[in-house]
Amino acid sequence: MSAKSLFAKVWDDHIVVPESDDHPAVLYIDLHLTHEVTSPQAFSVLRERGLPVRRTDLTLATMDHSTPTLPVRSFKDLEVVAEPKAAAQIVKLDKNCAEFGVKLHGFDSEYRGIVHVIGPELGATQPGKTIVCGDSHTSTHGAFGALAFGIGTTEVGHVMATQCLLQRRPKTFAVNFEGQLPHGVTAKDMILALIGQIGVDGGVGHVFEYRGSTIAGLDMEQRMTICNMSIEAGARAGMIAPDDTTIEYLAGRPLVPQGQAWEAAVARWRSLPSDPDARFDREVTLDVSALRPMVTFGTNPGMVVAIDDAIPERSDANFRKALEYMGVTAGRPLAGHPVDIVFVGSCTNSRLSDLEQAAAVMKGRHVAKGVRMLVVPGSQQVKKAAEARGLDRVFTEAGAEWRESGCSMCLGMNGDTVPSGQLAVSTSNRNFEGRQGKGARTVLASPATAAASALAGSVADPRPYLAN
Amino acid sequence: MEPISVIRSRTVVLPYDDVDTDQIIPARYLTTTTREGLGEAAFADWRYDAQGEPRADFELNRPEAAGCRVLVAGHNFGCGSSREHAPWALLDYGILAVISTEIADIFRSNSLKNGLLPVVVDQQAHAWLLANPGAEVSIDLGARKVSLPDGREVAFPIDGFSRYCLMNGIDQLGFLLQQEAQIVSFEQNRPWQP
Repeated sequence: MSAKSLFAKVWDDHIVVPESDDHPAVLYIDLHLTHEVTSPQAFSVLRERGLPVRRTDLTLATMDHSTPTLPVRSFKDLEVVAEPKAAAQIVKLDKNCAEFGVKLHGFDSEYRGIVHVIGPELGATQPGKTIVCGDSHTSTHGAFGALAFGIGTTEVGHVMATQCLLQRRPKTFAVNFEGQLPHGVTAKDMILALIGQIGVDGGVGHVFEYRGSTIAGLDMEQRMTICNMSIEAGARAGMIAPDDTTIEYLAGRPLVPQGQAWEAAVARWRSLPSDPDARFDREVTLDVSALRPMVTFGTNPGMVVAIDDAIPERSDANFRKALEYMGVTAGRPLAGHPVDIVFVGSCTNSRLSDLEQAAAVMKGRHVAKGVRMLVVPGSQQVKKAAEARGLDRVFTEAGAEWRESGCSMCLGMNGDTVPSGQLAVSTSNRNFEGRQGKGARTVLASPATAAASALAGSVADPRPYLAN
Repeated sequence: MEPISVIRSRTVVLPYDDVDTDQIIPARYLTTTTREGLGEAAFADWRYDAQGEPRADFELNRPEAAGCRVLVAGHNFGCGSSREHAPWALLDYGILAVISTEIADIFRSNSLKNGLLPVVVDQQAHAWLLANPGAEVSIDLGARKVSLPDGREVAFPIDGFSRYCLMNGIDQLGFLLQQEAQIVSFEQNRPWQP
């Protein structure tokens, strides 16, 4: 048998009906995650056609996107803090889940949070699974060696009704990260550097496999940050082979197999890494040993530079339009550019180690005058763990706001927005025009860089703060 | 879904690369629980000024763009979020096909499910279309060809299954539901259970 990649092993293991000239493959889905924004129309289709959710045991719902990050204990609170349409959407999810028998982590659940934070936290995300969700950042779960990708609402309905999707086999793309990551430089900087190098369409039609010595040395939360932004390079999915780090992370989580079944699962997971001579359709290698903190300066994640490098000069209309929107100048570094808002959160960077990264920079210091800083844990579990370590006090004593979990300021649809014309340094994943609110300007960065920028009141390198 | 065979229309040109789904429909419009009426929100942040009035300089607001059913867009159209609200908004606005040199994966998949035709053409044809807004084109789904006003025919790829579904107005859920026996067999015979 020929050598297989991690992707090929997972793909082949889920083929219900092979693809042919007449139709795509019927691919079985092991875990369907769902949330309030991309599910209501899919539930409506089921209702119209008289279909049940076929495998409620493989379906998990949470509320995150349009959900406020101010405290909400009941739907009555929701009416007060949320915009009416958002509140109605959240109530609709609750009703749909009750009607169709889908497990929902709502306001009463200690496991509620951003869908891509709670899947791994619960241990629902496991190596070798196929995982989908009506959200493009489903690629996050690939950090565990799962094949995980975002789908549209029609496909959400397909999975609900049949537990399957029609898919053509994507191509494979090996992304090798080599070298020792310098102090103060993080997984976020690695993925931004990759997107800068291959472009926002570099991975279209491909599934990434992140490999190499740097990846092997990362913890699971940093691996999730990298896989999360695969979509920002145009790839639908990004995967990392399971190893000891993966298995240690999963051990003891609520939804992992128990006893002998755990041993069997681990043995199966150990067989998933790509065979040594597996072939990839494309390959790229990045050396991270001299990598610096990265920041975006434009209106897509590929417009990115090292924090102390000058913004490049280019004459094309797209580029000039982006710089004009951002209010930044080519030929100058972004460091020192004034900041209005700092956001630490999102499915990219809202896990405990992300918050620790930001707190390490901020401890005993204060947010600059005139800067608003919002720190939003990715889940109620992350919130609890952070509070147990006193991180909430580091942030609040520094003058930042500490919120309930949710997608928050990553996308302007839950009450947390960046006002028009203001510039936010954000640990989220998209710096598109208006992503954080109409007219908002976004600089993507790591939690450490975001924290340093909050202290300085301008885009700032975190490394001096970490040195002393 | 209405069957599609040939789309004839003048083009409206949006010449920017990497137009993301947050531009096609900003997130604040996603609190809806239906798929209707999203045309109003299509390109909202580019289309309307701070007072909510149409901006005269936006390509789709120009008088000659009225009634155009074919959008010619820059490279990598539809990148970003998986929101199906993007093709819903474009269809409700009146767009039936998008022509580009590349269309992002999830947006393309969502478009095919809703009868918005993603048409990827070669750079030469694309450059001509970008330079000639308002060109009368004909997109023949059966022949997988775009006809330009000068008589040139430009081939575009589309997978046979999607083409069949679009030409017959069939939704893909029906096909999946017919696979029930295979799905049950897969579930019963797989070596491990999720």
